[in-house]
Amino acid sequence: MSNWEGFRDPEHARVLVRELQQIVTQRWALMEVCGGQTHAILRHGLDQLLPEEIELIHGPGCPVCVTPLSVIDRALALAASPDVIFCTFGDMLRVPGSRSDLQRIKATGGDVRILYSPLDALALARSHPEKQVVFFGIGFETTAPAHALTIHQAHRENLSNFSMLTSLVRVPPALDVLLAEPDQRVQAILAAGHVCSVMGLQEYPLLAERYRVPVVVTGFEPIDLLQGILQAVKQLKSGKSIVENAYARAVATNGNPVARSMIDEVFEETDREWRGMGIIPRSGWRIRKKYQKYDAEMRFPIAIASSSCSHLCRSGEVLRGRLKPTECEAFGRECTPRTPLGATMVSDEGACAAYYHAGKFQQPFPSARTHATSAAAE
Amino acid sequence: MQRPPQQNSWHCPVPLRDFSHIVLGHGGGGRLTADLLEHLIRPAFDNPFLARQADGAELPVQTGRLVVTADSYVVRPLIFPGGSIGELAVHGTLNDLAMMGARAKYLTMALILEEGLPLALLAEILHRAADAARAASVLVVAGDTKVIERCHGEGCFITTTGLGWCKHEGHLSPDAIAAGDAVLLSGTIAEHGIAVLSQREGLQFESAIISDTANLQEIALSLLEAVPVRMFRDPTRGGVAATLNEIAHSRRFGIEIIEQSIPVQPAVRSACDLLGLDPLAVANEGKFIAIVPDAAADEALARMRSHPLGRNAVRIGTVVSDHPGHVVARTPFGAKRMVPLPAGELLPRIC
Repeated sequence: MSNWEGFRDPEHARVLVRELQQIVTQRWALMEVCGGQTHAILRHGLDQLLPEEIELIHGPGCPVCVTPLSVIDRALALAASPDVIFCTFGDMLRVPGSRSDLQRIKATGGDVRILYSPLDALALARSHPEKQVVFFGIGFETTAPAHALTIHQAHRENLSNFSMLTSLVRVPPALDVLLAEPDQRVQAILAAGHVCSVMGLQEYPLLAERYRVPVVVTGFEPIDLLQGILQAVKQLKSGKSIVENAYARAVATNGNPVARSMIDEVFEETDREWRGMGIIPRSGWRIRKKYQKYDAEMRFPIAIASSSCSHLCRSGEVLRGRLKPTECEAFGRECTPRTPLGATMVSDEGACAAYYHAGKFQQPFPSARTHATSAAAE
Repeated sequence: MQRPPQQNSWHCPVPLRDFSHIVLGHGGGGRLTADLLEHLIRPAFDNPFLARQADGAELPVQTGRLVVTADSYVVRPLIFPGGSIGELAVHGTLNDLAMMGARAKYLTMALILEEGLPLALLAEILHRAADAARAASVLVVAGDTKVIERCHGEGCFITTTGLGWCKHEGHLSPDAIAAGDAVLLSGTIAEHGIAVLSQREGLQFESAIISDTANLQEIALSLLEAVPVRMFRDPTRGGVAATLNEIAHSRRFGIEIIEQSIPVQPAVRSACDLLGLDPLAVANEGKFIAIVPDAAADEALARMRSHPLGRNAVRIGTVVSDHPGHVVARTPFGAKRMVPLPAGELLPRIC
């Protein structure tokens, strides 16, 4: 039995769903922050099991989705440069920039490599001293330690042909903005477990208190998610709004101090633009002065003129939890994973792609919800 | 048919020894090409048709319907855990014929080699292909060799055409499928795709995952003799998800699968979880899907399980009249989700 299987136990899921059904007395709207959670909810069909009163609003936690167009365009310009080996995680390949994407740049001669870890880019830099190796460092608190470690290591080796194009963002400031919007509907937050495994819980009590929302740190397996939802609903019912950890097997209260100190060594907080959400104060990291020679933006000062993305695309509203993917008119028509108009349709963690892959673009089984709920309650 | 790489033990015949690697001249049609043919390619596939050294092969005609298929193989790396492009180029084409209900007799093999390909590596690939063909009693009767300029290094692309005869009376086709039919799968999935991906990207997993490349002719054709099979399909690129979608596409039926019933080795499942890949969308090279009438499902499964390549055969679902054209999976939690046609290249997620 693998470590995961216990957290995918259907019998345990049924017990949790039954308990939820018993305690739900009114409509509640919960936001799962992380795209990985959205993906898992739809992948396993958990949304169909929940009592109808519980609405899941999908949060902005998809790293590919929130990377601004100007950064994508800069990445495309760098990737097209003849002396650059441009390294990226796989799901950036299809993300549309203003005029192209990395997949097309690669097909027309750009040296674009898919890597699994930023540290692999250092090996490329060592073996290609005649080339400039640029790593596309995007992501949340989860990937920031590995990016920091890579820059730190490059510095130790004094690798002069390595640099990183970063667009690293932090979750709590974005939640702060979302919750502060006057007409927002989110009543509880399922915080992203992996983000908290690095950063700990310290930034959340303030949010819980300020906006009177329960915050439950939640994992990614079906049982984790149902447990997180159950704890959030229990808090809502009893009028509490505190921070709880429903993912203790991975998350310590103070996170991972070693990873945090590595982030702190290499990066400093900065204002960042989020695609669809605008500039959010202190919501990201930039490379500190000490390591600035590894900052690709400094090394390749290219002027980027980004045009706006498709006027049909409403991914900004989807990222803010204001629009369900299926409520967008382009969804499943002009916009599909093969022809994405916005980044939320590209990454598996993007809400639009998750909806599309779960078949929400047509309703082949309209009665699934009631059917599944009764099946789960049997 | 899994020999360890023998690059070190292979002894280069004297006329080829001037070159340890493929050079452009090996495709030029002159002395170097002749040496390659005479001392490496023809000996590997040794048979009377090749020995005639004609422009083509004259083949005797058999009774039944002649079935032809072609496939190109571009896998990297060329040798991977559990196989190589050599076995793949034979098994893949044989399997396409088997899925048509045809027994393969002959193959043609066209090689496109990249300048710089080590000769010992080519020899290894050809010997593995020859072993696979011999084990299947199939003759490689014609071929071609071209050399292209160096681009990425160590390139070897193989196109094989397969010729076989189908003695089965009916036509295996989605047209024969009816609601209620059983969807059977011959074994555990996603091994080939993960084996190749992990070798190519240097990913190390605790237990080795090896490709399932295998010749499905015997198991498929014996099943065809025993039960009234509606159709076969081997879920290669795009995996089971793509194959089932192709079967259901534009048809008046849908397919419902039970997610829990689909066998996946634990190591493969863990690798897929880590990489953010759905095993249903990952390639196989030694598995097949059979659609049979519900009443014949048990007998078909018993047949499949009696063959080593079908030990883990299971029923994974049913053809239904609901959601025509679509494949739907029932999750272990009692929910349903669509199984979409995979987008294309497998792109591991960021986190």
